[in-house]
Amino acid sequence: MKDWQYRLAEHRGTLIALAIFIVMFAIYTANHPAGFTANVVQTAANKGALLAFVAIAQTLVVITAGIDLSVGMILLLTNCLASWVVVGSPMETAFGAVLVLLAGAACGALNGAIVIYGRLQPIVATIATGAVFYGVALLLRPFPGGSVNEDLADALTGKIFGVVPASLIVLLAVILLVWIPFSHSVYGRAAYAAGSSEPAAYISGMPIRRGKFLAYTLAGLVAAIGGLFLTFFSYTGEAAYASGNAYTLFSIAAVVLGGVSLFGGKGSAVGAVFGALAFRTIGDLLFVFDLDPLWQPLFQGLILLAAVSLGAFALFRVKNRLEWFL
Amino acid sequence: MEGAGPLFQMEGISKSYGGVRALQDASLSIRAGTIHAILGENGAGKSTLIKVMAGVVSPDQGQMMLGGNPVQFASPAAAMEAGIACVVQELSLIPELSVADNVVISNPPQRFGLIDRTAQRRIAEQSLLRAGAGDVHPMALVKDLPLSRRQMVEIAKALTRKPRILILDEATSALTASDVSKVFEVLKRLRSEGLALLYISHRMNEIAELADECTVFRNGRNVASFPAGTKSDGEVVQLMIGREYQNVYPEKPTAQADAKPLLEVQNLSWANRLHDISFGVKPGEILGLGGLDGQGQRELLLALFGVLRGLEGEVKIEGKATKLDSPASARKKNVGMALIPEDRKTEGLMLPMSVRDNLSFASLDMLTVRGIVDKTKEAQSIDEMVKLLAIKTGALDSPVSSLSGGNQQKVVIAKWLMRHPRIILLNDPTRGIDVGTKQEIYLLMRRLADQGAAIVFYSTDYAELIGCCDRVLVMYNGAVETELLGDEITEHALISSALHIRPKENQPRERVSR
Amino acid sequence: MTANALPQFIRKADPAVLTAFGCIILLLVIGGIYSRSFLSPEYLLQQLKVASFLGVIATGMMLVVLLGQIDLSVPWTVTAGAMMACAVAAYGPVGVALAIPFGIFCGALIGAINGIGVAYLRIPSMIVTLATNAVAQGIMVIYTGGFSPQDSATDAMRYLATGTILGIPNAAIIWLILGVATVFVLGRTSFGRSVYGIGNRERAAYLSGINTRRIVMIAFAASGALSAFGGVLLAGYASKAAQSMGDAYLLPAIAAVVLGGTSILGGRGSYMGTVAGVILITLLQSILSVMQMPEAGRQITYGLLIILMLLLYGRSPAIR
Repeated sequence: MKDWQYRLAEHRGTLIALAIFIVMFAIYTANHPAGFTANVVQTAANKGALLAFVAIAQTLVVITAGIDLSVGMILLLTNCLASWVVVGSPMETAFGAVLVLLAGAACGALNGAIVIYGRLQPIVATIATGAVFYGVALLLRPFPGGSVNEDLADALTGKIFGVVPASLIVLLAVILLVWIPFSHSVYGRAAYAAGSSEPAAYISGMPIRRGKFLAYTLAGLVAAIGGLFLTFFSYTGEAAYASGNAYTLFSIAAVVLGGVSLFGGKGSAVGAVFGALAFRTIGDLLFVFDLDPLWQPLFQGLILLAAVSLGAFALFRVKNRLEWFL
Repeated sequence: MEGAGPLFQMEGISKSYGGVRALQDASLSIRAGTIHAILGENGAGKSTLIKVMAGVVSPDQGQMMLGGNPVQFASPAAAMEAGIACVVQELSLIPELSVADNVVISNPPQRFGLIDRTAQRRIAEQSLLRAGAGDVHPMALVKDLPLSRRQMVEIAKALTRKPRILILDEATSALTASDVSKVFEVLKRLRSEGLALLYISHRMNEIAELADECTVFRNGRNVASFPAGTKSDGEVVQLMIGREYQNVYPEKPTAQADAKPLLEVQNLSWANRLHDISFGVKPGEILGLGGLDGQGQRELLLALFGVLRGLEGEVKIEGKATKLDSPASARKKNVGMALIPEDRKTEGLMLPMSVRDNLSFASLDMLTVRGIVDKTKEAQSIDEMVKLLAIKTGALDSPVSSLSGGNQQKVVIAKWLMRHPRIILLNDPTRGIDVGTKQEIYLLMRRLADQGAAIVFYSTDYAELIGCCDRVLVMYNGAVETELLGDEITEHALISSALHIRPKENQPRERVSR
Repeated sequence: MTANALPQFIRKADPAVLTAFGCIILLLVIGGIYSRSFLSPEYLLQQLKVASFLGVIATGMMLVVLLGQIDLSVPWTVTAGAMMACAVAAYGPVGVALAIPFGIFCGALIGAINGIGVAYLRIPSMIVTLATNAVAQGIMVIYTGGFSPQDSATDAMRYLATGTILGIPNAAIIWLILGVATVFVLGRTSFGRSVYGIGNRERAAYLSGINTRRIVMIAFAASGALSAFGGVLLAGYASKAAQSMGDAYLLPAIAAVVLGGTSILGGRGSYMGTVAGVILITLLQSILSVMQMPEAGRQITYGLLIILMLLLYGRSPAIR
């Protein structure tokens, strides 16, 4: 095999997710009454970016062979917090935003500490911390309310130069400033290695604990960016249990669509971002085809079921039945 | 470097796992510029010794000296830092990462805090070349490589660390013969460069070729150290097992019964890995599968046991074509097949479960009435098997993981013998177990054959094939290369057909020499 | 036999199970100090009744967790079971008679889909059950139009959930029968042995000639059926089904199973542990509500306590 073939194989999941997204988005804009305009792209980008942040967060944890079932609740918590602190003068707003990001990172770090140093299973640990985060969110906002610095909100959900959605720029910045450095660092590699084979990574003397801890912490941080954006869209904070769960579910769907292996060690946040955008577009397709909104949960569930079943087709090519059992 | 003091020394090292003593007051001293072989049965403490040296486990007692200074390793990383690199039996490669990623894993080149992929690739290529694995592409994922290539990558990875002491634990077990000779050259070169090498192997001929010094371990202690070549194989084995070395193989029957084959295979092919294989096994016969490792022997056994999909050709049981599409169908009464799988820890046993539950697991259908386990019958069957195989176990209710490797393997065999199978497939059953248990397995196989079982026996150890088998099929590249019968089964014949050398054309003297 | 059973019971007792029972006693003491009525027989029987609903659901969860899998479709399987039972009850006497079996059947169906996904398509159970949960939710949302349905539970459902025999709640009797059956199935049948075997190492179980896929499939279907049965009982308890009535049962069910010492990685665990876990969780919830803690505080305490207890004895072994 040639070098380029190896490179292609390495990025296959991401490219497939990109292709799915392009097809979906083409169908969407072709059927949208307004067509492919800056406004349609902006709306789509804003909704998509929100899920994309959560998907990046989920990817960070999933590559370590973990799972973060509390990611939606971190989103709620940071949303509720932002509706208190991201207000006032530019200085105050900036300080508030940093506080929100720190809170998210702290949530992620708590998850990481429990999973890595407490040696609890990620599924159970994050379901339990999810309850805690939801409780804190509820404490912050027993009822929907609050506000946010609207200048900042409008700037970050608007368009730059009247064309490019600002949310996409932020998304790109997160990938360039968080994901790329992490995945290319020694810690990122340790996180991948721990996800692929933890005993082997340990014997090889890799910093697996620090790598995993960093991954969980960054996941909390990125989820908090999502929480900030949620506040920018809604101008309020709301501790809605169902919505938190839905974001967790969608983040997993996005990760799966994005070619990230749930068994760990494989995949990229870039793929997950396209997965998120594609998943969001699927939801929007219902709108342009005039389906009753009541059908949306079922539709999303079926898409997720179909997406995870797609991977199963590889099974029919498995000729050695032992490969069924990892 | 020769004649200088020891580079590494350990003294009075002890280590217990939950009450079981793995190492007891062990000591060892290694000089730079030598290859030091460690010998011993399984469970003699060799693996623990290495783990202590590599910082994977910390000893309960004792001290280690490196270059004259006392050292303690808190983690594998610390041992690496001190210059001890390890090529272990359980591979330490990360399957989802590329070869280059793996080779530089413990100390990747960095620029601005990020891993420098160009430099990484350069280092990886050099290391691969140095380890004699230039054919491995640095961008390939480790999980896509065959076992023998992975082992070479493992060696390259160890070399990248520029170690002062290199430990090789059964590092050649998965290698092809040509790889082994490449690795040996590498090792000899490293010795001349002044490294200290610790070499652990079950293969006497390898040790004879490589080692300068030997240390024998038994029951967690070092029982003897001597310069290589000063003791005969027999003496060494005696040191290892602590009793008289004797002919370990049971007598073969002189003439084969003139029976119809119990298991017959016709034109079996599978997925470009098995090609047009035909043979038959009679009751009372032990048919060996030989050849280099990875020539389709394991696949053949899995195919017979109904594990592989998309088989072409026919399998006949007592002359009747039978479709085997799962282990469940292969173990049925009218077929009566059993497979002792390759890896007892992941395929043969459920390690945390009790010996009792493991023993009856494959026979649950025979021990239950309408799905409900008949406890009395179960206890009887288990008793019978424990006696038959002389399984040494304090309590049947303790987890099977607490047994030694040899006893674990006996449990795997016993769980299948409980079904009284007629056709027994064994996939390298003696790998990594002690000499004593090996001998018991040889005797058992012959006894089962005498009782009318048809046995297909794959072994990576040629001596076993010679000692045990009535007939051997040597496989090469997924096909049967040669069939050797009775006295034709010699080491020379096995090796030459394994290497795909036609005796008649290339080695005319072969027949004479026998 | 009996003389032999007791020492063996103690010898075999998992430290996790003993710890769980210890925590139960501790909670009872705390509750008793807080309020005298906490230890009254009426209150304790009431708690036992409430625990039974969770007990039924956790039984199914335990089967799946023993396989090394997880069932995250519990919330909407519970709801679907309850809603479908009530819905059928609206169709005359035949409907009333079929209400309970139909509700359970719907749960078994969801479970069977989970089972197909996990066993035959080899999708990680966490994902496939999340997806079926979303699908079940979607179907229920369409069925109810997004509102709580008007159908009410049948008399039989109410009797099972709220009635008593000799002062003992029927729900507790149901749980007892189910528990005895589960202990028998896990310990004495080849199905139960296979469940433990698969949980430890599915590859080895398959090579031992076990039809592992069928076992996994059955376990998931059973889990779905038990969740739905729990939903049926809950609908009987509240006289009707409600949207998102199952949401409150996922975390408690998983927590009960793992607090009871069943390894989340599969292959290890006893039903007694699950019983202890269920009682423990129920008492905990009860104390929190007796103390009139607001929802936010309850969620936080609840999550923290579960983490704390798991840290006490639910940890995986260290590598080194």
